[in-house]
Amino acid sequence: MQTSTIKIRVLLFATLREAVGKNELELEVPPSSTPTEVWNHLVAASPALKDFDNTVMVAVNQEYVQPWVELKPGDEVAFIPPISGG
Amino acid sequence: MFVLTEDPIDLAEIEQGVRRHENGGLVIFMGTVRSPSQGRPVQFIEYEAYRGMAEREMERIAEKVCEKWGVRHLAIVHRVGRVAVGEAAVVVAAASPHRRQAFEACQYAMDRVKEAVPIWKKEYFPEGPSWSSGNLSSPE
Repeated sequence: MQTSTIKIRVLLFATLREAVGKNELELEVPPSSTPTEVWNHLVAASPALKDFDNTVMVAVNQEYVQPWVELKPGDEVAFIPPISGG
Repeated sequence: MFVLTEDPIDLAEIEQGVRRHENGGLVIFMGTVRSPSQGRPVQFIEYEAYRGMAEREMERIAEKVCEKWGVRHLAIVHRVGRVAVGEAAVVVAAASPHRRQAFEACQYAMDRVKEAVPIWKKEYFPEGPSWSSGNLSSPE
């Protein structure tokens, strides 16, 4: 039987963490969902995230990826606002 | 040595980590917490990092430095948590047989830290904290 959803872990940092009030979420999403779809889902739940639409980057399993990659079960999806180390 | 630390950065330890008999040039860059910032006095800074990925991005920078300049001894150490004004927030050290490669590798590595390593800075001013506007990450 085909599973209808996959579980992923979402990480949020800095401004995004504060906008949502959490640094980590467990989500169930349809198989082959993309980070863009996950992001849109987060924006729907936390409209303050909308301001970051054009500046957020994505990492899956600790590597920068394009936002249209297909997610797999257990993936760690991190949304990365503009960085400011140094 | 590619680490995040909550403690003050130990420069001697970093230096020892990259010093070798074959390296005649050793360049160390230290970035410190500046005040004022944007014309306002800074009380302290808090750094937040994506632990795990931050160290991996530092290692990727080291791979690139080795590829481009043949510099095999690089260290990057960045603070997380609260850092006082004047304290070191980041140290990059590059050592190589000759100075030019060490200078270039050190500068490149520091630039890449600011472009790719997922770390965020929140500056605390008397009137309240403010996230630094930051750079869009640019993966290689």
